[in-house]
Amino acid sequence: MELNKFILAVIALKPEKVGGCGAPIFYAENKEEQDKIATTLARITEGVVHDLENGIYIIVKH
Amino acid sequence: MLGAPFFQAMLTGIVTGVLIRYSMLKRDYRQYPSYPHGTTIHLAMAFIAAVIGSVAIPALAEKEFTAVTFLALAAAQFREVRGMERIMLRNLDRLNLVSRGMEYIEGIARVFEARNYLVMLTSLLVGGATYWGNIFYGLLVAFIAYLITGKLKGGKNIGEIARVREGKISFKGPNLFVDDIHFMNLGTDNIKNKYLQRGLGVIIEPFDDNARATLANVGQRMAIAHDAAALLGLYKDVDTAEFTPLLRRDLDTGRVGMVIVPIEKDIELLIEAIKKVPVLESAYRSPLKTIIGRKASD
Repeated sequence: MELNKFILAVIALKPEKVGGCGAPIFYAENKEEQDKIATTLARITEGVVHDLENGIYIIVKH
Repeated sequence: MLGAPFFQAMLTGIVTGVLIRYSMLKRDYRQYPSYPHGTTIHLAMAFIAAVIGSVAIPALAEKEFTAVTFLALAAAQFREVRGMERIMLRNLDRLNLVSRGMEYIEGIARVFEARNYLVMLTSLLVGGATYWGNIFYGLLVAFIAYLITGKLKGGKNIGEIARVREGKISFKGPNLFVDDIHFMNLGTDNIKNKYLQRGLGVIIEPFDDNARATLANVGQRMAIAHDAAALLGLYKDVDTAEFTPLLRRDLDTGRVGMVIVPIEKDIELLIEAIKKVPVLESAYRSPLKTIIGRKASD
């Protein structure tokens, strides 16, 4: 089975919720900034923004 | 020396063979946009098939046995037609916004091969009938062959195995639903609003267990997404992957939901488009034909 979904970036409101390495993490001040960063990154990476519902967005390449 | 009946049989066989291929080609426009050159290629192939087919019976009758060995040669040739179509469609598919999927491509490639055999068979029968009878027998056989190929070329479509109706798009938090079928998790409000404004949801309800198993096939679902997107236009580019049309299955009932963001927001047309999607030969399942399948269904 081929692995074909990748987390490209993490956009977090709360720094304590994310950690480790693998994908770059971007911290946002508020939801507005988070949306903006997420949209920009999604356009650049051709990925899709997903909401983990705990203040964290991930960008996934499908 | 070969006589006039021989050439008459050959000519009738070739002409009817190519005409029958042409009548079958027309149907392909939607499934596989046949450019002028695509048509030329397939008519040329049909011509070869028709020549070989129509020559077989008269040649046998004239005791020219070497001519018949061409039939074997032709079979090898037409397998290559299938390979050619498969490779080309697969290459093109990588650049489609919504890919056709392997199953659909295999289906199309198989159809092209099979139709060449149909042409060969038609020409064989027409050539034989003309040779032994006269040209009127030949034309009669051609007409019958035309009716039979008409039956053979068409398969079922989605509208015959399932009910297609509108579904309501809604969000619960970031999760996209059509009616109660979950699709995906979407991040930003901007995209959610686009879905609510422009998106269309459809529910495909299978009529029986056969249809349910067919709709479970991922290749079949990709074919539905591809055809719907091709007919209604797609609000998507390479950098907006979130607007890719999706089909998801309701595990409890086997219903399949679809969500698409088209350019032309018209639910009636979308439903019509989905109903006309062919049921892929390789995706078609028929558990109800077995005793186990029938018992399991109640």
